[in-house]
Amino acid sequence: MRTILAALAAALIGFAPAAWADIDLTFYYPVAVGGPLTKVIDGLAAEFEKQNPGIRVHPIYAGNYDDARIKALAALKAGQPAQLSVLFSIDIYELLEQDVIVPWDDVASSADDKAWLKSFYPALMMNGTYKGKVYGIPFQRSTIVLYWNKDAFKEAGLDPNKPPATWNEMTRMAEKLVKKDASGNVSRWGVEVPSTGYAYWMFQAFARENGQDLMNRDGNRTNYDNPDVVAALQYWRDLGARYHVMPEGTVEWGTLRQAFTEGKTAMMWHTTGNLTAVKDSAKFPFGVAMLPAAKQRGSPTGGGNFYLFKKTTPEERQAALKFVKFMTTPERAAEWSIATGYVGTRPDAYETAKLKEYAAGFPQALVARDQFRFATPELSTFQTGRVRKALDDAIQASLTGQKTPAEALKAAQSEADKLLKPYR
Amino acid sequence: MREGLSHSEKGSDPFSIFSMKHVYGWLLLTPAAILLIAFTHYPAAATLFESFFSTGTVVRPSRFVGLANYAALADDPVFWKVLGNNAVFALATIPTSIALALLMAIWVNGKLPARALVRLGYFTPTVLPMIAVANLWLFFYTPQIGLLDKVTGLFGSPSHNWLGDPHTVMACLSVMTVWKEAGFFMIFYLAALQSLSPELEDAARVEGASRWYFFRRVTFPLLMPTTLFVMVNATINSFKLVDHLFILTKGGPDNASNLLLYYIYQVAFSFFDTAYASTLTVVLLALLAGLALMQFMLVERRVHYR
Repeated sequence: MRTILAALAAALIGFAPAAWADIDLTFYYPVAVGGPLTKVIDGLAAEFEKQNPGIRVHPIYAGNYDDARIKALAALKAGQPAQLSVLFSIDIYELLEQDVIVPWDDVASSADDKAWLKSFYPALMMNGTYKGKVYGIPFQRSTIVLYWNKDAFKEAGLDPNKPPATWNEMTRMAEKLVKKDASGNVSRWGVEVPSTGYAYWMFQAFARENGQDLMNRDGNRTNYDNPDVVAALQYWRDLGARYHVMPEGTVEWGTLRQAFTEGKTAMMWHTTGNLTAVKDSAKFPFGVAMLPAAKQRGSPTGGGNFYLFKKTTPEERQAALKFVKFMTTPERAAEWSIATGYVGTRPDAYETAKLKEYAAGFPQALVARDQFRFATPELSTFQTGRVRKALDDAIQASLTGQKTPAEALKAAQSEADKLLKPYR
Repeated sequence: MREGLSHSEKGSDPFSIFSMKHVYGWLLLTPAAILLIAFTHYPAAATLFESFFSTGTVVRPSRFVGLANYAALADDPVFWKVLGNNAVFALATIPTSIALALLMAIWVNGKLPARALVRLGYFTPTVLPMIAVANLWLFFYTPQIGLLDKVTGLFGSPSHNWLGDPHTVMACLSVMTVWKEAGFFMIFYLAALQSLSPELEDAARVEGASRWYFFRRVTFPLLMPTTLFVMVNATINSFKLVDHLFILTKGGPDNASNLLLYYIYQVAFSFFDTAYASTLTVVLLALLAGLALMQFMLVERRVHYR
């Protein structure tokens, strides 16, 4: 016993000065797509430590986006140090309300730092900005794209290299793509849009294409019962109920990728985060396109941002800035995009030799970037969980035919109004 | 106890001996009491306490609101919906899994070839983690590529969106839960069956009782203690098991498969409304306590303890 104590004391005395001199950075991060991404992150952290002696980085994998937010907030409440974290881009209002984050502008003071803040795609900065200050630095970001099965297009007598550009075209093509067996049962659907996991996200695309955004920039007002928004939901419902090109009811987010790669649907809307997985498992040639337009093109962005926590010393904030700058250099953004299918977060990432070479062999990787011109921020407001669930429920109630789109969205809007009134 | 003590310790000071034994008893209880209080009774009391306050943020600190959370609960259509769902789920899973468990237990209690293997086969679903089971069944229920659709397709029925249809989703979840639970309850019935005296059966045979009569009048009443135990467990499980919702439906479509505990999780961790989550938890606790009490009182009258 005594020897153990002595050893402990020696260890404490021995290491204490070093710990004071060094800076420790702990950050939580989620992984929402497949693949050994924790290893990639650990590798990047080790590389950073090598280049920056005196700063130690402890990445902590924290499950999906919800888990990561819960763990990071719980750790902060319990007084455990975490200096920064990758969390859902739409968690910003929740984090602001809990008063745990500070804007990166406060730390990024040099001209070089200021230029870095402006080096990302503007579409990706929208979810991370509040009242003109940048709270979220884009890291693992995605958007929705249309995947189409070229063999199915050929079989239906359509041009396999021409995806639908408008809603009308998509409906018409999908009608041709539906395949039925001898007894009249559908063996292949025309198009499928998932509606279980992230129904609000998919719906944002429909609404944006029909000319509407679902919330304002201050996060205290929603636009659910606008006539164009109602029309957008009506179109989604009609794909199943009227044109019979999509299964009626809700479509499962998790199994849709398999349905597509097994040829059970000729087109699907899904996240670019799935691109590498589809590429690895599809046995037919497939294309990736921007989502079709009604009044305009459109898709929301999604994914995770770097946030800086308030309970940090000035030295820790500088070290965190250094680390995030390291993680978002064009080369690393390019590598990250190739490994996952997430978009390169800045234009110069697409100028790197690595990503140029990859895109030459696999041009599908560039579609998400091209779509940024039409992108809208992901649905995010104060009380975001409830405001979002009100919309999710409304979408599912209309897709399953329990309510009309107009009455479902009206109920969702009054619920959202009730929740957001105190923030106006 | 006191009487016995003072009697056997005649002559010495009875009071100090008694208090010694008293302290000793409390010391023995302490470890269990500490764990129970720290992880069960204190959190329950704290939950009740918190349900009278509003959820605090930095902008709007928590304050006493009396019964306002309970009023909000009475006005919350989702709460009533999940409560109804829970009732449906309980009614669909409890009797079925108990009946199935009893049937399987009687079956594997008899003489049949490879009995150990059959028992293991019935018990396997219980061993699997719920998350793994839900992932398996997700692919059973998937339209077109799922096992269920492949089988019904053989008979020419059209593909059905099992989990995406509010009319079928609860039935799908119930079937999966029964499949998962029945094997576990079977083990208890099997143990009870094996402790029954074979003489009873011999006597019944001599008397010329039919097998059904023997089951109805002898076996089943003797299994009552097990049935009570299994019923209490099945009831608790029907409120407690929500792991599969994370994988299968997330409570959708439009709360058609949402259950009370999953709703509590959503309110607490997706909405961060800890006060309202506490209120819901108090309701859940009261409900479970009430059900357990009712079962013990009603069924105990008809239970034979030996």
